[in-house]
Amino acid sequence: MSLDTASPTARRHGSNAGQPLTRRDGLLKVTGRATYAADNHPDGMLYAVTAISRIARGRVTALDVGAARAHAGVVEVLTPANRPPLAHDPDEKMPPFGFRVEVLQDDTVRYVGQPIALVVAETLEAATEAAALLDPQYEIADARTDRSNGDRFGLAAVGIGAPPRTVHGDLAAGLAAATHVTEAEYETPAQYHNAMEPHAVVAEWHGDRVTLDMPNQAMALSCAAYGAYFDIPAENVLIRSPFLGGGFGSKAILNGPQILAILAARMLKRPVKLVLTRTQMYGPVGHRGHTWQKLRIGTDAQGRLTALHHHALCATSSFDEFIEPAANASLPLYDSPAILVEHEGLRLDIGTPGPMRAPGEASGSAALEVAMDEAAVACGMDPLEFRLANYAETEPGTGRPFSSKALRECYLEGAKRFGWAGRPLEPRQMRDENGFLVGWGMGTAVFHCPHFPAEARATLRADGTALVETAGADMGQGAWTALAQIAAEALGLDPDQVEFHSGISTLPDGGIAGGSGHTASAGLALNNAGEDAIAKLAAIATADPASPLFGAGNIGVVARSGRLHRIDDEGRSESYVDILARAGQAEVIGTAKAARDPAIAEAHAMFSHGAVFAEVKVDPDLGQIRATRLVGAFAAGRVINPRLVRSQYFGGMIWGTSFALHEEAVTDRRTGRIMNADLAEYHVPVNADVPSLDAILIEEDDPYVNPLGIKGVGEIGITGTVGAIANAVWHATGVRVRRFPVRIEDLLIARA
Amino acid sequence: MNRFDYIRPVSVSEAIAAAAVPGSAYLAAGTNLLDLMKVGTTRPERVIDITRLPGLDRIEWLPDGGVRIAAMVRNSDLAYDERFARTFPAVAEALLSGASAQLRNAATVGGNLMQRTRCAYFHDLASACNRRVAGSGCDARDGENRLHAVLGWSEHCIATHPSDFCVPLVALDALVEVEGPHGAREIPVDLLHALPGATPERETALAPGELVVALRLPAEAADFSGNARYLKLRERTSYAFAVVSAAAALELEGKLIRKARVALGGVAAKPWRAREAEVALTGMPASAEAFAKAAEIALADALPSGDNAFKIELARRIVVRALSLAFEGTPEVMPALPASPFSTTAGAIHVA
Ligand SMILES: Cc1cc2nc3c(=O)[nH]c(=O)nc-3n(C[C@H](O)[C@H](O)[C@H](O)COP(=O)(O)OP(=O)(O)OC[C@H]3O[C@@H](n4cnc5c(N)ncnc54)[C@H](O)[C@@H]3O)c2cc1C
Ligand code: SF4
Repeated sequence: MSLDTASPTARRHGSNAGQPLTRRDGLLKVTGRATYAADNHPDGMLYAVTAISRIARGRVTALDVGAARAHAGVVEVLTPANRPPLAHDPDEKMPPFGFRVEVLQDDTVRYVGQPIALVVAETLEAATEAAALLDPQYEIADARTDRSNGDRFGLAAVGIGAPPRTVHGDLAAGLAAATHVTEAEYETPAQYHNAMEPHAVVAEWHGDRVTLDMPNQAMALSCAAYGAYFDIPAENVLIRSPFLGGGFGSKAILNGPQILAILAARMLKRPVKLVLTRTQMYGPVGHRGHTWQKLRIGTDAQGRLTALHHHALCATSSFDEFIEPAANASLPLYDSPAILVEHEGLRLDIGTPGPMRAPGEASGSAALEVAMDEAAVACGMDPLEFRLANYAETEPGTGRPFSSKALRECYLEGAKRFGWAGRPLEPRQMRDENGFLVGWGMGTAVFHCPHFPAEARATLRADGTALVETAGADMGQGAWTALAQIAAEALGLDPDQVEFHSGISTLPDGGIAGGSGHTASAGLALNNAGEDAIAKLAAIATADPASPLFGAGNIGVVARSGRLHRIDDEGRSESYVDILARAGQAEVIGTAKAARDPAIAEAHAMFSHGAVFAEVKVDPDLGQIRATRLVGAFAAGRVINPRLVRSQYFGGMIWGTSFALHEEAVTDRRTGRIMNADLAEYHVPVNADVPSLDAILIEEDDPYVNPLGIKGVGEIGITGTVGAIANAVWHATGVRVRRFPVRIEDLLIARA
Repeated sequence: MNRFDYIRPVSVSEAIAAAAVPGSAYLAAGTNLLDLMKVGTTRPERVIDITRLPGLDRIEWLPDGGVRIAAMVRNSDLAYDERFARTFPAVAEALLSGASAQLRNAATVGGNLMQRTRCAYFHDLASACNRRVAGSGCDARDGENRLHAVLGWSEHCIATHPSDFCVPLVALDALVEVEGPHGAREIPVDLLHALPGATPERETALAPGELVVALRLPAEAADFSGNARYLKLRERTSYAFAVVSAAAALELEGKLIRKARVALGGVAAKPWRAREAEVALTGMPASAEAFAKAAEIALADALPSGDNAFKIELARRIVVRALSLAFEGTPEVMPALPASPFSTTAGAIHVA
């Protein structure tokens, strides 16, 4: 399917939603006119630079503040000795999901890369040099960096408030009933978001009001949190975040360096800018935590699951908890009479992990999908056949119906497009014309569908155009475009008649751009605001004897192409312009708040699904791997913009390729220092690593997930893909690699 | 204080005079030097910008068929010079397998030869590193050393030299022309980079202030043009340093190997010429056994310096493969994925 094909629903209804429009902000971005946070330079601005610790655990015993202060251009050096107070205790979490932050509360060092001072100077160069002059001295304690020396602990919650342990049925009985039990351990490394745009803030105070130019995925929550730290009402915090150069979860949560920069701006009564360097992004701004996952899968003689046990040991920091909800990935997918998923924490001297694109699902699905492949092999079954045999018609354990689930169609369409049929069961059976080993693998993709409360405003103007507003975030995913399409649809206008304002916290709360829920959440609010505006316009028209719509109040009207039509007689209509002109009104304003109906949510399991098929080639002697083909078929409810949706799937599948074959933070086990904290050595895929990609959009009509029927597409592409590639590597080579990323030597040593 | 003088000399002699002052560093494209200055691994007091020196941007063909490449020629310009790529195809392939297109457009011949190790501990000021601070210790020795040396290392340093370009250069007996405070001299590339021994801080044979002005490939190096390859294993298909790499060049008479050249990259503190393997191949008919034997010999002295025993076996296998690819013949056109084992993949569309 080409990128320019509208979705079938759109073709049917001739609507705006469903059209493959290009990004509204594309031109600004490719011409360099989109201004990111760090592009702001208010008059009198100072530059802040954090000095960071190079030890993982201990105390700072000395800082040469004198030398730093003496450096020309230095205005202030903040250390625990002089850091002004904050109104919220940084050693306490910030509800609903802010972490403890390191803001110079004391001289304790908890991880490498922790801010231990903030230097503010007239130039970036002066601040950078003075930060180096601080020459910290430490009292060093042994760093806990691995399973061998970290402290294990029990958990109250995983992810963001999810249960750490869930039991369905009797695991022991299920295992006893099995003819095969497949058991193995899988390891996923620490990974870092590495958004192209580093975390940045330009903070400017006016009395007790502050303006923050910063990339931000959750503006309303952030305003409240900054308000709490600085003892001002949330509405005194103005966040401007028109563009984000990627967020992936790391720009949804407050972090220490940014708080310090804002504090410095208040203290010095001048605007302050802080931009983290790439290396400084490895520590205080979250990462995907290291996991060790054990899976046990019991199967009977027919290849049906009798038991599924997923245990995840997940690294977090010594002072806070973010636990990858990895094992929970085993809850919604496969039908098993007994399921036990459980998590354990591991305290290490690292920065607190955080949500990173598909938190939990990515790591958990990586392990689960490889384990399922191993179980299929144990049963002598084709991996796709095995998954179909264990297809969950209702949510495993709870029996709740799925709000919609076109996973079977994904499996079948994906397999067809890929050419899966005829795949040999045994590994090492396929070679290409050049002698490379060829393998095919697959994995199931799944992602939950959160919905965040959101608000919006829609203003119909006298000239027949509209302004729609919500404080949303465009991280490159095309939110501006898809959200404007939804609003235009509700308003009965073309998208180019709709002006869209977003990315500033004074607008109605657009909710969180996370959890793949932004289009659904902010979209529903915009839709409802649009409908509200149309209802108000209709009220004017139907009450006006001069209008052809007079008296249609009970029959109802429909909005299309800038006109209201009588539902029962489409020939009777009037344009918005005429209605407003006659009423002498400059505009009508519709507003809305939207949230998911808790009763419907309670009654249904809500997930996006997909199936990913991968082909890899492996050099039989040298172990060099290349993913050569990926086909993903995804069902995620209604598609607002197929071009943007497909690009999200592509991005997810590329990320999955990265997870499977490239990405890993390499930590020195003795010191806890990350030895590849830069983009030269922390490998993400380059163009030459990205195989031929195909993403199939499977139609799905979901009447429950929200009134618009929209699920999420931003994260699901990673899940499924990691396992599919690892399974393809096995199929090519016969070597089962259970630690990510798969490396050359994994395939080599096995042959030597 | 991180202040330095920036000097832009107008002639080679002026540059050398400027660099004679201790604490000076030559600045070519800066793709390596500036990164090192930013992290503080090097803190030169004087930066001598040699990018605008006259006459250092030429590729000259010598009457005997050899070639002289001035030090400021850009990596891309050299790799895409048609005559050069035809005559020394393995060198062009090695160049195009290094870094990224943007870096190759900037990086110079001299800078590539003189680039420093990528050992992470060398770049981390909080780590002990004998190469950065003589006598301070080596934190790589018991650290994350999966990709460190397996040949020619010492207890004092286990770093590798990262250049791809240098690998076929040592195989082909290239030499550099150097000018310095004490005049001009020539150094074979094979002797340019030092093994660490007890003095890893002495990285090259250059004396302080000496400037590489040109690189020369002898006419005989062209004899291998029909059967020369560079092959590089890496952790992504492009834009990554070698896990191990090999250059192989053969001069054939039918199946008989008249002359052989073999060198390895990513295995030692210098590009590693495997002369004994070459001797074993000379006069032999090309065969899988002969290549395997050569590989055995090339790695006979190899020892893991840490968590990297796999590199020894990998190096053997890449020598065998590079030799067989060389025997098959230099490809008609530069592969779309230069130096990749997948360079032969039909339909490869990406230029790395
Ligand atoms: C992200 C990244 C990836 C890379 N990947 C690869 C790779 O895969 N393979 C590879 O081979 N290389 C790779 N490189 C390294 C790259 O090839 C070198 O950085 C480049 O060749 C250096 O050339 P330059 O002109 O920029 O040198 P500079 O950075 O200017 O100088 C490098 C060093 O050489 C000295 N120097 C420069 N010119 C002379 C001269 N004429 N005489 C004496 N001394 C001199 C300088 O003082 C300095 O110490 C990579 C680099 C980066 C940043
Ligand atoms: S291996 Fe060499 S460069 Fe690396 S830390 Fe040791 S001495 Fe330094």
